[in-house]
Amino acid sequence: MTIHSESSTGNQFSGSMKHAGADTGGSVENFMLPSAHPVQLVDPEGQHVHNDRYPLPDGPLLLSAYEKLVVGRRINEQANALVRQGRMAVYPSSHGQEACQVAAAVVLDPTDWLFPTYRDTVAVITRGVDPLEVLTLLRGDWHAGYDPRHHRTATQATPLATQLLHAVGVAHAAKLRGENTVVLALCGDGATSEGDFHEALNFAAVFHVPVVFLIQNNEYAISVPLKHQSVAPSLAHKAIGYGMPGERVDGNDLAAMLSVLSKAVERARDGGGPVLVEAHTYRMQAHTNADDPSRYRSQSDVDQWVPKDPITRLRTYLGNLQLLTEKEEQRIAAAAEEMAGVLREGLNSEPDIHPADLFEYVYTEKTSQLREQAAQLSEELLREEAGND
Amino acid sequence: MTDTALRKESPLTDASPSGVQPLTFAKALNAALADAMEADPSVVVFGEDVGPLGGVFRITDGLTARFGEERCFDTPLAESGIMGMAVGMAMNGMRPVVEMQFDAFAYPAFEQVVSHVAKMPNRTRGKVKLPLVIRIPYAGGIGGVEHHCDSSEAYYAHTPGLTVLTPATVRDAYLMLREAIRFPDPVVFLEPKKLYWSKETLDLEELRAAAAAAAGGGTGSGGTGSDTTGSAVGRAVVARSGTDATLITYGPSVPTALAAAAAAAEEGRSLEVIDVRSIVPFDDETVTASVRKTGRAVVIAEAPGFASVASEIVARVQERCFHSLAAPVRRVTGFDVPYPAPKLEHWYLPSVDRILDTVDELQWEDA
Ligand SMILES: Cc1ncc(C[n+]2csc(CCOP(=O)(O)OP(=O)(O)O)c2C)c(N)n1
Repeated sequence: MTIHSESSTGNQFSGSMKHAGADTGGSVENFMLPSAHPVQLVDPEGQHVHNDRYPLPDGPLLLSAYEKLVVGRRINEQANALVRQGRMAVYPSSHGQEACQVAAAVVLDPTDWLFPTYRDTVAVITRGVDPLEVLTLLRGDWHAGYDPRHHRTATQATPLATQLLHAVGVAHAAKLRGENTVVLALCGDGATSEGDFHEALNFAAVFHVPVVFLIQNNEYAISVPLKHQSVAPSLAHKAIGYGMPGERVDGNDLAAMLSVLSKAVERARDGGGPVLVEAHTYRMQAHTNADDPSRYRSQSDVDQWVPKDPITRLRTYLGNLQLLTEKEEQRIAAAAEEMAGVLREGLNSEPDIHPADLFEYVYTEKTSQLREQAAQLSEELLREEAGND
Repeated sequence: MTDTALRKESPLTDASPSGVQPLTFAKALNAALADAMEADPSVVVFGEDVGPLGGVFRITDGLTARFGEERCFDTPLAESGIMGMAVGMAMNGMRPVVEMQFDAFAYPAFEQVVSHVAKMPNRTRGKVKLPLVIRIPYAGGIGGVEHHCDSSEAYYAHTPGLTVLTPATVRDAYLMLREAIRFPDPVVFLEPKKLYWSKETLDLEELRAAAAAAAGGGTGSGGTGSDTTGSAVGRAVVARSGTDATLITYGPSVPTALAAAAAAAEEGRSLEVIDVRSIVPFDDETVTASVRKTGRAVVIAEAPGFASVASEIVARVQERCFHSLAAPVRRVTGFDVPYPAPKLEHWYLPSVDRILDTVDELQWEDA
């Protein structure tokens, strides 16, 4: 995706296209250092903040991204409601983080790969995967509801940071196969403590593969605040130790997210190697419906993030540009309602579940044990049916 | 952290509960941790979200408020790190009790558990002991999405050097955790999460006294079957007596087996139920005595049956009771498939019906 017609010089990440390795030893090259403050292009008041390195995406792109943002918020709201009604087993909401989710999906080409986590439902839907197939996992029908290869979108990972290594593998294979593919892998701030996170970054740098790692730093890993997770100057700084650039960005600023991620994706696509991007955002709601956030954070802390909401600032900015008219707002609201309707309707109908599915897809061909067990279960069900008659 | 707020939220902090009261499994574990920390300053509790939140299942509720952040603390999110640090702390005089948040999230720590926790005393010819407890909420039946319902006991049971315990009653939850924390070797303490909300009316003072008495009675790594010390390590219990067949089970399947025995009794068949409690060491004596008496046995467990703890129990019973058996020993287990999504788990889990059907197949003369 190109975010802007004009191409700026002296861009972040443009310092080295060489193979990482011997040439990075010794000095930390300037291009690797994250900026002193998270990159911001539209502030909470909806004003453009100039940045030498990152151009502001143009109006039409921002407007279409804004629509996805509003739809994303609606997806979160509707999914929460469906959990309360017992229609879904669990939903980890990304309310407040929608700018990260939308940007992660929008900056990729259809042939690129996305590696999401359990919290990244909005990113997966924004990428174009059928929403009902996406929610299969969280409704509890099956462990994943869509075809990852078809959508070039991996299954939503639950074990933390494990997917980052898969992302490196997909990128490495793409390189070996001569594909022009970039992989974007998502994780949370807590996941950066896992060994797999560090192994993934190191592999990505050593093999010089086209992966963009995006950390959604939403300040909490369930109940544990960032300061108990890491005392590094920032999570983006971790990149330097592995020999790749790191960048920090205001995760509630969709314009900045698009600009920074696009640059990182372009760099990766041009053979520049991996990049680590840390988005500063906040989890406005509970970890999941099973969580009680009042035990570890105060409502006043949460309230401080309300004025930083990704939707309101972009609305103001686009409104000032006369790009977002009342009519346009109505059209977008209708699109969001339509999405909510799709989710409601799809999840209010009973899923088509077959006990025999238990034995499917365990092996390419059922083992003799599985054939035996499948027969045992179907006999059991027949007896049960007969008993009920 | 807002200590005062925490104090208010923690029922164990304001007043240590005592007297006869309805107690949940979760609360019993919580009381066991608190009492163990009170009794022994070297006991430390750590893991993910165990501090102010009190663990996602609230098993560590109030411990930070009561004992301070040095005794109960959140770690960075890294199971291998948690486990490896516990090894080092145990090497240097502490008694770590670590929480792995869910069964499948303990796998990143597997390297530490298998290569170091299990082997340290052996590698050092007993010079370095590792008195630590690895608490793992395990197994299913709670409608959890993937990676939240694994029955991982066979991995641990297969690893020499680990003691593997799993309580099934509220009383055992308290007493076995106290014993695990006192134990000189590493213990994998498997908590059936579907039992966390089960309740018994118990006298906590009596439990504390029982724990103290057991502490005086040695470490109980025996397996003699004669339960004089109150130790659960190596000791199964008869959860219900009967004469016609023996149901051998543990952890989350104990209530299911008891329900099956109750249903069978209504049909005139008397089933004995053995709660194994201690997977390693295994109490052959109690199990064997029961099967010799009844002549028939069914082993019940949630984990996939192939190469499982249930398989091991069947083998041991066949070896020891061959001449007393009227029928082959059977198993009712989970199928050999990855733990299913919530909407399918109902068909996966061993049920009362499946147990009774299997019992019916044990070659009865009247059949
Ligand atoms: C290996 C592993 N350990 C523990 C868990 C349990 N768990 C699920 S989400 C979570 C917190 C993750 O925090 P973070 O990475 O910051 O992501 P967020 O949920 O904030 O998006 C934990 C501990 C897990 N899923 N995987």
